[in-house]
Amino acid sequence: MRVMAQVAMVMNLDKCIGCHTCSVTCKQTWTNREGVEYAWFNNVETKPGIGYPKRYEDQERWKGGWELDRKGRLRLRGGSRTQRLLSLFANPDMPSIDDYYEPITYDYDTLLSAPAGEHTPVARPKSLLTGEDTAITWGANWEDDLGGAPEHAPGDPNLEGIREKVKFEFERTFMFHLPRLCEHCLNPACVSACPSGAMYKREEDGIVLVDQDKCRGWRMCVSSCPYKKVYLNHVTGKAEKCTFCFPRVEAGQPTVCSETCVGRLRYLGIVLYDADAVTAALSVPDPEDLLDAQRALILDPHDPEIAREALAQGIPHDWLEAARQSPVHALISKYKVALPLHPEYRTAPMVWYIPPLSPVLDAVTAVDGDSSDPDDVFHAIRDLRIPVEYLANLFTAGDPEVVAGVLMKLAGMRGHMRNRSLDGTVDQGLLDSIGLTAEEVEDLYRLLAIAKYEDRY
Amino acid sequence: MDSTGVDRPRPRGRKFFARGEVSADGRTVHRIDQAEWERFYRDRWAHDKVVRSTHGVNCTGSCSWQVFVKDGLITWEHQATDYPSVGPDSPEYEPRGCPRGASFSWYTYSPSRVRYPYVRGVLLKMWREAKARLGDPVLAWAEITGDPEKSRRYKRARGKGGLIRSTWDEVNELVAAAHVHTAKAYGPDRVVGFSPIPAMSMASFAAGTRYHSLIGGTLLSFYDWYADLPIASPQIWGDQTDVPESADWWNSGYLVMWGSNIPVTRTPDAHFLTEARYKGTKVVAVSPDYADNVKFADDWLAPHPGTDGALAMAMGHVVLTEFFRDRQVPYFSEYTRRYTDLPFLVRLEERGDAFVPGKFLTAADLGQDVENAEFKTVLLNEETGEAVVPQGSLGHRWGEQGEGRWNLELDGVTPALTLHGDNAALTTEAVAIDLPRFDVGETEGGGIVRRGVPATRVNGMLVTTVFDLVMARYAVGREGLPGEWPKSYEDTEAPGTPGWAEEITSVPAATTARIAREFARNAERTQGRSMIVVGAGANHWFHSDTIYRAFLSLVLLTGCQGRNGGGWAHYVGQEKARPVTGMQHLAFAFDWQRPTRHMAGTAFWYLATDQWRYEGFKADELSTPLGTGMLQGKSFADCNAQAARLGWLPSHPTFDRNPLDLADEAKDAGVPVADHVVSELKAGRLNFAAEDPDNPANFPRALTVWRANLLGSSGKGNEYFLRHLLGADAQVRGAETAEGNRPQDVTWHDEAPEGKLDLLTAVDFRMTSTGLFADVVLPAATWYEKHDLSSTDMHPFVHAFNPAIAPPWEARSDYDVFLGLADHYSELAKTHLGKRTDVLAVPLAHDTPDEMAQPGGRVLDWRNGDCEPIPGRTMPKLVVIERDFAATADKMRSVGPLLEKLGLTTKGITYHPEPEIELLRRTNGVRGDNRPSLATAEHMCEAILALSATTNGRLAVEGFKQLEKRTGTKLADLAEENEGKRISYQEAKKGPQAVLTSPEWSGSETGGRRYSAFVINVERDKPWHTLTGRQQFFVDHDWLTELGEQLPVYRPPLNMHRRFGSQQLGEPGRAEVTVRYLTPHSKWSIHSEYQDNAHMLALSRGGPDIWMSTQDAERIGVADNDWVEAYNRNGVVVARAVVSHRMPEGTVYVYHAKDRNVNVPKTEIGGKRGGVHNSLTRLLLKPTHLVGGYAQFTYAFNYYGPTGNQRDEVTVVRRRSQEVEY
Repeated sequence: MRVMAQVAMVMNLDKCIGCHTCSVTCKQTWTNREGVEYAWFNNVETKPGIGYPKRYEDQERWKGGWELDRKGRLRLRGGSRTQRLLSLFANPDMPSIDDYYEPITYDYDTLLSAPAGEHTPVARPKSLLTGEDTAITWGANWEDDLGGAPEHAPGDPNLEGIREKVKFEFERTFMFHLPRLCEHCLNPACVSACPSGAMYKREEDGIVLVDQDKCRGWRMCVSSCPYKKVYLNHVTGKAEKCTFCFPRVEAGQPTVCSETCVGRLRYLGIVLYDADAVTAALSVPDPEDLLDAQRALILDPHDPEIAREALAQGIPHDWLEAARQSPVHALISKYKVALPLHPEYRTAPMVWYIPPLSPVLDAVTAVDGDSSDPDDVFHAIRDLRIPVEYLANLFTAGDPEVVAGVLMKLAGMRGHMRNRSLDGTVDQGLLDSIGLTAEEVEDLYRLLAIAKYEDRY
Repeated sequence: MDSTGVDRPRPRGRKFFARGEVSADGRTVHRIDQAEWERFYRDRWAHDKVVRSTHGVNCTGSCSWQVFVKDGLITWEHQATDYPSVGPDSPEYEPRGCPRGASFSWYTYSPSRVRYPYVRGVLLKMWREAKARLGDPVLAWAEITGDPEKSRRYKRARGKGGLIRSTWDEVNELVAAAHVHTAKAYGPDRVVGFSPIPAMSMASFAAGTRYHSLIGGTLLSFYDWYADLPIASPQIWGDQTDVPESADWWNSGYLVMWGSNIPVTRTPDAHFLTEARYKGTKVVAVSPDYADNVKFADDWLAPHPGTDGALAMAMGHVVLTEFFRDRQVPYFSEYTRRYTDLPFLVRLEERGDAFVPGKFLTAADLGQDVENAEFKTVLLNEETGEAVVPQGSLGHRWGEQGEGRWNLELDGVTPALTLHGDNAALTTEAVAIDLPRFDVGETEGGGIVRRGVPATRVNGMLVTTVFDLVMARYAVGREGLPGEWPKSYEDTEAPGTPGWAEEITSVPAATTARIAREFARNAERTQGRSMIVVGAGANHWFHSDTIYRAFLSLVLLTGCQGRNGGGWAHYVGQEKARPVTGMQHLAFAFDWQRPTRHMAGTAFWYLATDQWRYEGFKADELSTPLGTGMLQGKSFADCNAQAARLGWLPSHPTFDRNPLDLADEAKDAGVPVADHVVSELKAGRLNFAAEDPDNPANFPRALTVWRANLLGSSGKGNEYFLRHLLGADAQVRGAETAEGNRPQDVTWHDEAPEGKLDLLTAVDFRMTSTGLFADVVLPAATWYEKHDLSSTDMHPFVHAFNPAIAPPWEARSDYDVFLGLADHYSELAKTHLGKRTDVLAVPLAHDTPDEMAQPGGRVLDWRNGDCEPIPGRTMPKLVVIERDFAATADKMRSVGPLLEKLGLTTKGITYHPEPEIELLRRTNGVRGDNRPSLATAEHMCEAILALSATTNGRLAVEGFKQLEKRTGTKLADLAEENEGKRISYQEAKKGPQAVLTSPEWSGSETGGRRYSAFVINVERDKPWHTLTGRQQFFVDHDWLTELGEQLPVYRPPLNMHRRFGSQQLGEPGRAEVTVRYLTPHSKWSIHSEYQDNAHMLALSRGGPDIWMSTQDAERIGVADNDWVEAYNRNGVVVARAVVSHRMPEGTVYVYHAKDRNVNVPKTEIGGKRGGVHNSLTRLLLKPTHLVGGYAQFTYAFNYYGPTGNQRDEVTVVRRRSQEVEY
């Protein structure tokens, strides 16, 4: 057993308001400079939608992440070392700027400097790449709130297998927001793919970085990352990516995206994992087993044996303590409400998500019975608008039962707390159905609802 | 490694040059060195200092921010997280903010930043020439503006570039000269200032309003003009707006978001909603589109836009049926008896073969010889059947006898809610009544529905209770009553049922019933913790007051108002300047003179921009057939003129004569000024300017806009502004009013004036349409470059602005801008104005005894000979102010003596600030005659905080003690815990400071409670500021009766097609679609402005866009991102289409605000720069918003007045040539 510490994140999508504050504060702090105008270390996507860059989840196309070879061994989907070295100068799996978007500015100074003329001055769009006039045809967040969805969103790879169920019609509308950043994977494809040895995972906290001195701009990291969260700085010619705000994390501060998240949906914490077990865990043949396999990698810091081993291997005592207090550990391992994004990429991502509830589907159109009990105010999980199969394609490699189970826990928590706050009663049947005790539900409630600053990070 | 290992992906030799540890399986690499290169990001993160500030924007945010500074430059901003705690069992406020705010620092160094003072070249050249030749700036201005050719030349150049850099001295002199000349030649009321929302930056607001107040200028209201004022609030509560802080959502058990897109428009607070769900709160979204907030709801109801009132009426039908008729809920009936007007008696008047509701029965009707008898309403004692005049009505609020009696205590009387049923104490009869309905008929006036009520006779007068009228209104049938009643909830014919509402709204009847039932049941179980969060989506309609009254009836019937976690939560505009007393007294220079020229914004713009000349129908069309015809033949402008005449609404410019000259004439004649004015009016020699707005004598002449983007954002009827106010290019497409529909009292000039305004001055830090069209553009400091204060209704804190850097280039804070202007004004005024007497026409004021000027809200017009013109009774008060115009600059800089002499009065309570004045002498220093200094913005902030009861516990206790004398109930204990506490500006600068419980507002923060509106009223029996002293379902002003709005009622959106016909161009082969045109608040602009930020443009579509449904797009052959044009009679908008299935068919959105300054091509239809979102809208005054002089229907600034609503509009959309020209 090799015990290692990892800084990990959980985002509660059920609380995400899609405001993009995280994206903006991140942009202002880290990529508000030449060469990375188009790069958003943190971005927020509207789902369903094809995302940024376009259809990045289509690994048939982009060949990101890992797969099992015929012998059942992990290998980069992008191909063997030889194949990749041969394509260094014409990588067919490399997204072009059009797959992201052309960054834009405007000739703002015209507004003040325009000479007397016939028309009201206006700032025209200019390409930040060429400086020329341009027409805006795509953007960093083009699909926000389902803009253009009828035309584009059918291309969402997560609709694979459920296209019959998802209709882009007013009455059947659903959407949610998916904030994304580098996953700081336990098995980062980018690190493995880098021919220059510029990419590495920090020993002490697992943060994945690109050494700016070493990077030679081969961009194998860009193509091999299935989340497309490594970007080429087109001025320096080097790769850049989310640093998990290591200068802040080292100083005991949360990442910028976490601290500035006004939805208060981000949790940051330490998890301990067994580095020796990673390969085997990610090599399980059935993708639907990957979630459990990845969860199993995460060690229980409360287990005295593991604690002893961790200390023996040089994990500092305060880190061990932090791992015990970690809200991330509680949400992933204790309550099992957080799920990894696309576990089937076999990278063991370390940014996990609590899937979102949604409104009941039939309220707009169907006529429901008027005999309903006014004290029974919540709807069944299977009646909600977001198809659990869609969420399953994102978070469980296609297993809808797991997603439904998480949603039931959230709904069960709501029901329990409604009873508690209305008349103080406890419905044991409800608790049994989600497999939690009243104390556990209330603890989960405090973590998700009260969510004090100290409890989030 | 075994066979499940890794196909080793990296070169073996890599370990050497990577200096890292390759994992045993060769899969990954770990590094432990603190590599040199990491400095790259460490340096990026490093900064020199972090300065706390906030944002001065009308978004209701008022968030605390940390501004990072490096090498003297602002780099970025992150939210502060150190808000005072909400308590251990609630989420906290941190970290409040949003993406718009997080990108604000972009503006600091933006290339569109206004860096220097600018004047348009053509004007500057004339100015320099005339000034050099004449040697006197005032004479120079007089010559340029008096020369038709010259003035036409510079006005026509507006909006067409050619700005030239000038100097502060030069522009200050020019603007001051214009202001002095205007006062001298036309009157000081022709100098107009517009700046909205003091709460967003109080000192910056106060600087300009103080200047304008001191020079006798006109200050325009904004809350009503922005249509953010919920007119229903004064109608029901006699209160402008009072709502819960967002942390109180957490206390709700059932929360309906009704036309309020919380994640987008209340971004910092949305988490309280998402988190409350985990506590078991059910959430319902009512929204025509699948908006961001719908995601968080358990149920989504999607009524057709503008039909929300019908849905709410149907829900009321269910609540009244199931919780009042079929079963009585003790909590509801006790609440409504005590805190609402439901038990009060209303006289029934015969009309045809039935009755109609008339006026409230009053003590005067009973023949009681008591003080203010016409303002004491009456109810029946359920046990004895006797008529009782309870305490707490308006008649007890003023006068000697009311002292100690203005409260809601019932002294053992149980008010009879209904006259129906077996009550041996009462002799009743069932009578038929007729009520208006507006869902049918050929005109806006609708039709009639017959219902019945139980009635009884008091003093021979036939009366019924408001409750019984409400039951009739909501179609809840009871045994033995005549009239038409529904057979079931599904009955589609009877107005009021869920089935009827389904026909109108599309929301299934069963769903409506279920939500209503759940809402009320939750309120029953929680004692009032059901809440309706309501917003602009419902408030911006022409008939928003009727929509809101239908909503609010739901929270009143279920006892939710005045309860934590319950009631209405109206969030539209940042109306709550928590330290209101200090702010308003200093902002309007009440320390030197009272009052100031407050003007109702919408009425002003309606006349000034000549939108009144483009009406398609008259005001009388809005009257119910049950009316008496009192609006017969009146246009909207006629109604406005009458409101001015009768002292209801302010009217500035006031008369068709310079008020300074009027005073001189009186002096020459040796009569009091007021007498002179009255006799001139009576003789017809003097008229109100509102009666002839196109007469050059009545034009507003100089307008200064600061902290606002009037021409690119808030100006409804934008193209009319450009054409008539400015004389610039415009794309108005419709025709003027046809002869038969023109006003009868207001003068019509055949030729409409263009370019009324001589000078438009814009003060801003960025270049918007307002700057593009202004004659003078002044560079303002940004929010990170000045001292100021902000507050909001969303949270209970006051925030300070701190400068992170000094204003760069030649920028100045708003405070310093107006001090500089005042210096130049004073200098020029010495010779040109000196000391003059000014006369102000002041409307009958709310929260004063003026509320009793016009009993019963009966309309008597002295012009028609209905009565005598008596100032303060049948017409405005006439108040004389002696002005020393040359002393303006000195007065700006110090606190005047009237604060000690007259005290500070807010909502009828007067505070005496001697200790605070002494304190301010010591903290701010003194000027002039030992007066506390206001020479800097910091001084102003300190003074605002010291002089307000929310921030000074001594004043709060004093105010409550004074109120106790009037109510006779215990109140001061609410503030005593904080009597010694005072929030200083120094403290505010450190971080958010929680305010104190104060009589300035109606909620209680005592003991760390969350603020909820009207908690004090409900818990301490303090009356509302209404006629009955209770929350009113029923109102009886003549004009509300005439319009059929005595009770909550559904009025559909105005039928534009009916009055203006098809507006399609109908060119062959070009598909067009006519759709409803809505302008909700944008996700990608800082509130209603600031859409030009590069970050926000990058995250949206990068320019103007129009959201449309898949079906509408298909109909006109439009694909996502195609260029389209939207046009109607008011103007043209060119934009990119955003096609989405989340949009309902038949409705398009152009999100507020789309200014014309970024990525807007020329239109195909008009050939000019494409419009702003308000190019397609136009103002229309609702007559009921103009009333005054009676009870809660009396004027206060931003409290009552016509709203600048815009949601009823429709537009034509078509695909345009995809080749666009800029």
